[in-house]
Amino acid sequence: MSGATLRPVLRRVAAGLLVLWIAATAAYLALLAAPGDIVDSIVGEGPDTPEIRAEIMREWGLDRPALVQYLDYLWRLAGGDLGRSYLLQRPVAEVIGEQVGPTFTLAAAAAALGVLLALLAALTTAGPRRPWLRRGVSTVELVLVSTPAFLIGIVLLSVLSFRFGLFPVSGDQGLAALVLPAVTLALPIAGLLAQVLRDSLDRALEEPFVLTARARGVVERVVLLRHVLRHALLPVVTLAGWQFSLLIGSTIIVEQVFGRPGLGQVVLNAVTSGDMPVVLAVVTLSAAVYVAVNTLADLAYLLVDPRLRRS
Amino acid sequence: MTVTLPESPGLLAPALTSTPARPARRRGVRPGLVVAGAYLALVLLAAAWPELIAPGDPLAADPLRVLAPPDATHWFGTDHLGRDVWTRVVHGARHSLAIGAAATGIAVTAGVLVGLLAGLAHRLADEALSRSLDALSAFPMLLLALLFIAIVGPGTASLTIAIGIALLPHLARVVRAQTLLVRRAGYVEQAVAFGLSRPRLVLRHVLPNVVGPIPVLAVIGLGDAILAASGLSFLGMGPQPPSPEWGAMLSEGRNYLRVAWWGTILPGVAVTLTVISLTVLGRRLQRRFDGRED
Repeated sequence: MSGATLRPVLRRVAAGLLVLWIAATAAYLALLAAPGDIVDSIVGEGPDTPEIRAEIMREWGLDRPALVQYLDYLWRLAGGDLGRSYLLQRPVAEVIGEQVGPTFTLAAAAAALGVLLALLAALTTAGPRRPWLRRGVSTVELVLVSTPAFLIGIVLLSVLSFRFGLFPVSGDQGLAALVLPAVTLALPIAGLLAQVLRDSLDRALEEPFVLTARARGVVERVVLLRHVLRHALLPVVTLAGWQFSLLIGSTIIVEQVFGRPGLGQVVLNAVTSGDMPVVLAVVTLSAAVYVAVNTLADLAYLLVDPRLRRS
Repeated sequence: MTVTLPESPGLLAPALTSTPARPARRRGVRPGLVVAGAYLALVLLAAAWPELIAPGDPLAADPLRVLAPPDATHWFGTDHLGRDVWTRVVHGARHSLAIGAAATGIAVTAGVLVGLLAGLAHRLADEALSRSLDALSAFPMLLLALLFIAIVGPGTASLTIAIGIALLPHLARVVRAQTLLVRRAGYVEQAVAFGLSRPRLVLRHVLPNVVGPIPVLAVIGLGDAILAASGLSFLGMGPQPPSPEWGAMLSEGRNYLRVAWWGTILPGVAVTLTVISLTVLGRRLQRRFDGRED
């Protein structure tokens, strides 16, 4: 890779790091803004004497100057130390590490399924070939984009699980329990991506190279898959990156609908009990996922479209 | 071999790709828009004057008719306390709409302020504000709202502010971009040449030309806000029972889903139809604003 190609890559990575630093600082300020003393939160219902309070202050490093605490926080964060939970008295990284697996599996399955469904819907309805199918599919997409994810989950649950008993009602045992939550999360994503992809395909279909390809006698399916899709995929990459990074939020809700273990339960417990380090860790983590996914999407863009490498 | 391409590929393309059915659809009454408008009018009426549509008390419980399916007296059935679901859905419109409208109002006000400031300020200040907005939008809306609620506690007010903050970056960015354009426009330079004071310049010449896209964004933002609010109150972070807010109803009804789907699905349908109608209306306004038709 030459210097000229490397520069835009480095610039995007640097922009990502800058956003991460601001996000981490905002999270730190939020910790300071939380009501009630940090020491009070740690003491909880336990014995409370001036000696114990002083001991806690020293143990948690709260007696140091604010700037030192902040730098220490950033340093630990960079090293993957997310702090200690007030409530559970354990490292937050440990608490999250135990629960991140099911959430990640679910989000990844939903992302893959969402892209697959969007490709299918957009490719079969792009262009003027089947106006009725196109209108029907567009309407379904509009409904899916506007429906709260948990409602899709509840409807699927009550029809497929309660009425017909096709899928387990809750839990995370096996693949069958993954199907409904993944479909629930995938449908709104598929709806949005399909809308944008179809628009993009429509525009690409009007490009002169399509005419050339057709004039050469290329079959319509090959025109669509080999020529038009590659061209139309670009704007969708950015949008997909953005959607995937939002998945962690909707996953939290959908986990509750299906009674699945995961980050959702952890963060909701932490919010209701005021366990700020855990809340902040999950929030910071999701910001990091956002930055990472979107930087990767930008880089993928550079890879796919040589025109962008020059600027 | 030489092939002469037409001047603009667009001239030839419609002949190749469009069917006669499409231009016809562009004109005349759009049934989707009419239905969306009618539904929104109904929701607004329900929010302003719920007694007109559902005269009953949304909190009145009838222990003898618990979890009754929909029939002639209870159109939407009753919930686990024997409360009429139809009455609750109608009275809930006010709560859900108020949260969405207030959150959108916060986002629009703050977004215009921050966007104007970033667009007019020195480059360094603009850079700092823009990067902060980037950082703010790096937090998924739901988690940002949860963080805010963890700090100030659950409830209607904190839910509303949290959603307003989450909607802010997008609006602020649009206003900033618009401000940068307006700032370089001839009439602004002329006004500067005339020696207009800075506040007067901003209020009289920049602001009116910057707010153009705001109504469109506000309609779409309102849909997003209602969607987010229903999700958060489904998690129990919003209005507390027995409030008939739609998300709270969904959350309460979920425990009885197996025996009484109507208590959950029907409030959910009310939310969904509202958001769909707002999306249809918003897209229509957007097309109009972009000058893409009519």
